[in-house]
Amino acid sequence: MIEVTGLTRRFGTITAVDRLSFSVAPGRVTGFLGPNGAGKSTTMRMILGLDRPTEGIATISGVPYAELEHPFRTVGALLEERSVHPGRTAYDHLLFLAQAQRLPRRRVEEVLGLVGLGDVAGRRAKGLSLGMGQRLGIAAAMLGDPEVLLLDEPVNGLDPEGVLWIRNLMKELAGEGRTVFVSSHLMNEMAVTARHLVVIGRGRLLADCPTSELLARGSEGSVRVVSPDAARLAGILRSEGATVGTAAPEPPDTTDLGARDTTGALSVTGLGCAQIGRLAAAASIELHALHPRRLSLEDAFMELTADSGDLTTLPRHDDDRMTDRSCRA
Amino acid sequence: MNLQLVETSEQWDDRRIGFGQVMLAEWTKIRSVRSTTWSLVAFVVASVALSAGLCALIVANWSAAQGGGEPARVLADPTDFILGNGTALGQLAVCVLGVILITSEYSTGTIRASLLAVPGRASLLLAKAFVFATILLVLAEVVAFASFLVGSAVLHSRAPVSLNDPGVTRAVIGAGLYLAVLGPFSLAIGAIVRHTAGAILVVVGLVFGSVVLDHLVSGGWEAYLVAALPQQAGSLIYQAHPHPGQLLSAWQGFGIFCGWTVVLLAVAAALLGRLDP
Repeated sequence: MIEVTGLTRRFGTITAVDRLSFSVAPGRVTGFLGPNGAGKSTTMRMILGLDRPTEGIATISGVPYAELEHPFRTVGALLEERSVHPGRTAYDHLLFLAQAQRLPRRRVEEVLGLVGLGDVAGRRAKGLSLGMGQRLGIAAAMLGDPEVLLLDEPVNGLDPEGVLWIRNLMKELAGEGRTVFVSSHLMNEMAVTARHLVVIGRGRLLADCPTSELLARGSEGSVRVVSPDAARLAGILRSEGATVGTAAPEPPDTTDLGARDTTGALSVTGLGCAQIGRLAAAASIELHALHPRRLSLEDAFMELTADSGDLTTLPRHDDDRMTDRSCRA
Repeated sequence: MNLQLVETSEQWDDRRIGFGQVMLAEWTKIRSVRSTTWSLVAFVVASVALSAGLCALIVANWSAAQGGGEPARVLADPTDFILGNGTALGQLAVCVLGVILITSEYSTGTIRASLLAVPGRASLLLAKAFVFATILLVLAEVVAFASFLVGSAVLHSRAPVSLNDPGVTRAVIGAGLYLAVLGPFSLAIGAIVRHTAGAILVVVGLVFGSVVLDHLVSGGWEAYLVAALPQQAGSLIYQAHPHPGQLLSAWQGFGIFCGWTVVLLAVAAALLGRLDP
């Protein structure tokens, strides 16, 4: 259980984290979502006692990190920035951490095996690949078999195999009843891993809800309808209580060629596909397309962060839709 | 995936984490980085070799330089000649190593892992200082005694000196003490400055700059000021005989040097506690 109350961090005139309050419950993966520079890492570092909060308090199992009697047995952390001396072997890195925490030496071998680094235990950190380095970080976090795990951008730079490994590990750890708090700026990554989301933008809390709720929010099932007789259809649908607008063009990479054409395309909310189809058939209106649109987590996220401004800080990763949107905005 | 975590947790050691654990971890850190280990070996070998080499050189050129400055200086205080050169080289190595021990934690990011494992920041710094000083004390005493025994054997025909002569044993032990304290002294400056190059500049400036100042002042309150500088005060402990005009006794000087170190460590601990890593 992690509890953050009124946590604030100012750097001069800049407020990186602004009166943040939320709690992270055990037994599920909680995603910590926000654009780059939203204050995720600073928040995590404050929870871990590395950065001093300007105001507010963060506790793990009811106690601030610095006051935990056996910190590693309570919380394990993977930081975003590298924190291993390149000249030290994986084994020795874990050994000094274990010694400082009065953990048995045997535990070092165990966690190395757990993350699949048993064979490279004697290799110096500079000789480890990015993925191996990340696994070493996970091994350090697992040293004390902690009830709480904080992982800052754990999948950054990993290959698909590594990403899958981390996803499964997080789910498994949460399944054992642990608290797993994982940050990411990749919304789609969170959609597949996290059951609960804490969303921040510009240091402020934007949402603290189940992932499914964020997905549902604002998307209430709009339906895209394409018809050569759009104007008449719109009138009929409106008279049935639906809200009808002109559908926005689909992104250019869509496979549905018809969807690119906005002539006669309507965006309908308030009626389902079946009802729209029935009404069109009754009025003998020809339909070329009828499909429900669900907002992706990314859309929901964009909606949330659009209010808090600063779209320029959003990462432009593999999804073109984002660029599309900011162009239209 | 079998996490195999539960069995182990039942065998945890529930005693409080104490200073001993932190020191053990710091020992592991020092010995597990190759460059640190090799620097310490080089420090021992080079210091002893330089002391012995210079003694052999002065003996070989003794007659040629008869009546000149060097042999007269060696005759006046053989201990100072034997210990002075090796210590001068050794202190440079100790300064650099002391700084790097902490600044490398910042440059590699290890400091974050360290502080997660040791949330009590002052105890992290003190453990590091204590472990480093202990290692240095052992190695530097080896250097001091080896240098003296080899050096005095080489010089024996020209300028006989032995551990039984007044002040000599204290000076030999003192050379080791000086280097052992210089370690945490440099470490503290490294912890305050946090950047390798800058910290080395400050330490070397303080240690070697005071030698220059010593030649510039003559008498008055400035002389007391210079005498209280870390290197000026600390180096008195490895001189068998007081120099003419020396303002402090050997132990007074060493006390002042230790005082400098304690104050710098306190400042470093306070900063480490307040600043984000």
